[in-house]
Amino acid sequence: MILGLTRGWSLTGYFIAVILILPLIALIVQSTLPDEAVFSHLFNTVLPTYIANSLLLMLLVGLGSLLLAIPAAWVIARCDFPFRRYFQWLLLLPLAMPAYIVAYVYTDMLDYAGPVQRTLRDWFEWQSPHDYYFPAIRSLGGAAIILSLVLFPYIYLLARTAFMEQSSSLLYASRVMGCSPWRSFWRLSLPMARPALAVGVALVAMETAADFATVSYFAVPTLTTAVYDTWLGYGSLTAAAKLSAIMLLVVFSMIGVERFARRKQQLFQKQSSFNEADRYVLSSTKAWIALGYCTLLLFLAFLLPFTVLCVYAIDYFNESWDTRFWQYSLNSLYIAAIVSAVCMLLSLILMFVRRVSPRKSDYLPSRLSSTGYALPGTVLAIGVLVPLTFIDFAINDVYDWLGERGPGLLLTGSVFALIFAFCVRFIAISIGSLENSYKRISPSLDMACITLGQTPLQLLWRVHLPLLRKGIFAGALLVFIESMKELPAALLLRPIGFENLATYVFQFVSDEKLEHGALAAIVIVLVGLVPLIYLNRSLEQQG
Amino acid sequence: MKLLKSVALLGLACVASSVSAAEALTVYSYRQAFLIEPIVEKFTQQSGIDVNVVFAKDGIAERIAREGRLSPADVVLTSDFSRLMELVDKELVSPVQSNIIDHNIPSQYRSQQHNWFALTMRVRNLYSSKDRTGKIDIDYEDLALAEYKGKICTRSGKHPYNVALVASMIAHDGEAKTKTWLQGVKANLARKPQGNDRDQVLAVKEGLCDIAIGNSYYYGNMLMDKNQKSWAQAVDINFPNQKNRGAHVNVSGMALAKHAPHKDNAIKLMEFLTSDVAQKMYAEVNMEYPVKADVAPSELVASWGDFKADSLPIYKLAEYHQAAVKLLDEVKFDL
Repeated sequence: MILGLTRGWSLTGYFIAVILILPLIALIVQSTLPDEAVFSHLFNTVLPTYIANSLLLMLLVGLGSLLLAIPAAWVIARCDFPFRRYFQWLLLLPLAMPAYIVAYVYTDMLDYAGPVQRTLRDWFEWQSPHDYYFPAIRSLGGAAIILSLVLFPYIYLLARTAFMEQSSSLLYASRVMGCSPWRSFWRLSLPMARPALAVGVALVAMETAADFATVSYFAVPTLTTAVYDTWLGYGSLTAAAKLSAIMLLVVFSMIGVERFARRKQQLFQKQSSFNEADRYVLSSTKAWIALGYCTLLLFLAFLLPFTVLCVYAIDYFNESWDTRFWQYSLNSLYIAAIVSAVCMLLSLILMFVRRVSPRKSDYLPSRLSSTGYALPGTVLAIGVLVPLTFIDFAINDVYDWLGERGPGLLLTGSVFALIFAFCVRFIAISIGSLENSYKRISPSLDMACITLGQTPLQLLWRVHLPLLRKGIFAGALLVFIESMKELPAALLLRPIGFENLATYVFQFVSDEKLEHGALAAIVIVLVGLVPLIYLNRSLEQQG
Repeated sequence: MKLLKSVALLGLACVASSVSAAEALTVYSYRQAFLIEPIVEKFTQQSGIDVNVVFAKDGIAERIAREGRLSPADVVLTSDFSRLMELVDKELVSPVQSNIIDHNIPSQYRSQQHNWFALTMRVRNLYSSKDRTGKIDIDYEDLALAEYKGKICTRSGKHPYNVALVASMIAHDGEAKTKTWLQGVKANLARKPQGNDRDQVLAVKEGLCDIAIGNSYYYGNMLMDKNQKSWAQAVDINFPNQKNRGAHVNVSGMALAKHAPHKDNAIKLMEFLTSDVAQKMYAEVNMEYPVKADVAPSELVASWGDFKADSLPIYKLAEYHQAAVKLLDEVKFDL
């Protein structure tokens, strides 16, 4: 658009972007330093297994989530059965559950000492583990199942939208040409939804790669746990940075796949002319199957673990309901509130620059700033510490030079490091949300506004902001919930002695007594539910 | 703009709040709150010196290294010996000359350079099933014997407690023998290493394995916990290698941080931790063996009987620590 945008705006955009990718640059620089052969030792011994575990886990979770999500997305998008409207959003609930909590609950139930195996032993009078076979829950397969249960809603959400957007006339055409509903699903709907599915799988794989707590609890070493161990166990930041670089390679190739899949998306979704009347009305048997499937999925992925949490919380209420619980809840809320405010503010600036700048290169800052989402928390923590420590020392050096007593660790000794890391990781979400909202504001509004003699700031304040309100709110909510849940970065970056709900709950999980932290876990889940329901409502209104 | 200002204010407030309160003593602790807090409270009562204790499971040494001369840490408390040595190796500690400490702590439990001190001792025991095995006269070396195939449980080999045990094996038997031994133990495991020391005892109770490796104080702690009492009652506690070198002991300990901002008060706290009062509390609260010779272990701990402890000087463990970690990776103990 034609606008005498001051260089200031554009420079601000670049400035923000540079700060946000600082951790990434630091990481890459750090990984090129020598590391006293720790890395080569790892490479010769355990690293191949770690890499294989990571890749296998991503593959299995991707497949598992697809298998769980597609049938649900299809029946809810294209068929009609009782309670369908409720399941539309109920199936999103598992996203509010941190995976390691679900893992704990299932381990407690399915372990050798748990109620399921105990009951089986009583029934069949088995004496020892040698008398029967029961799959080990704490294994790669177990981790894959748990992560699939928690992550499938990503694919479900995208697939549901894709199926709803498919034009009915195409499907009618296939039916007229003699395809059964099955065949037209396989030959038409599924291939057309492929780009959306690929995006979903890439998201799920990225979340799997970033998972630290579940795999460490299940004793399945992956690259993420290796980064953690190498740093703290071998005490080698450089070797950890080298591992992180490998991990980045994996994650960025995944993003490549996702972009590649989306490249064709426009071709497929030219018009959406789906209406309610086009749904298949299922026969009563089939309706029961659909209902049963959705119920089972909801039960396993959300209701069961949530109920167990509630039972624990009631049992151990007196032990858990103390000042620490309140303090940590406040800490969590406070960090999440700051992070979502900062993310919204920065992404607003970035997107505004992109919107009004006539220069093509001004797309770059918002793109660059979004790369942080690809950094798993553990990796990000290392990336954040390197530059912040450097700055901390520089500040104190200046004080020393002036002959004054320095302020100490201003950045790394406070929650600043934590907030910065969360912003780097989650700003991609708020940028995405604003990008969507901006698409719906006609550029002619901007032009009219400028013609009327308004400055860019006035344009932003008086025209864009009111129109973007919803997008801002949705983006901030999503960032908020992610900040409440994020664990690995919080574990490594929190100032010593500072806990939030996620680190608090994880300590109980790793000590194998979640019972005491159940109340805190419930708070994380409940806070996560609010944005999910809001998000779903706004999606429905669009549709 | 109002929003921007309040965000900036909030940010400043949070930074300021964590930087202030700098005059109290700061203790970084790997040891858990329930154990340290009562002891520190007693110290504050006696001396009037305020103490902030901050707890972390991992990474205290990395943090202090990174904080460098700006670190607020005065005293570091560790739950095992390798962490103590990690601090020394990374040159994060400074020596303490105190007659009180030297008098209270026997020389094999402190460094000759005065840069670390042990506070309590615990044994790496072998627990055996009361029903299936009974009390056994066993050596660590025996864990690799074919007769124990599928009968042994342990937590991750990479956990500091196990790394220290492996380091002591290297010190006595050499690296090659220890590697063969580790391979043997791995082959005898009933399941992949997982969980903590308590889990292993539970696994013995449930019949998943017959022998579990675990620290002595867990036995006492489990007996005191209403939910876990039955776990502990299902096993016998055995002190290994009684006919030869004695059982492997690990220690918890303390060190003065290199850049401690409050050195004098920090040394006062360290002296207090070696006193009869504190040693007694350690023994009673966490069922550990006091290192101060004239302080008796708790009644419960004493009831497990006397035992012979490995006399290997503790700093020897440090020499073999890296080698132990590497061996564990080489035999893929956890995989």
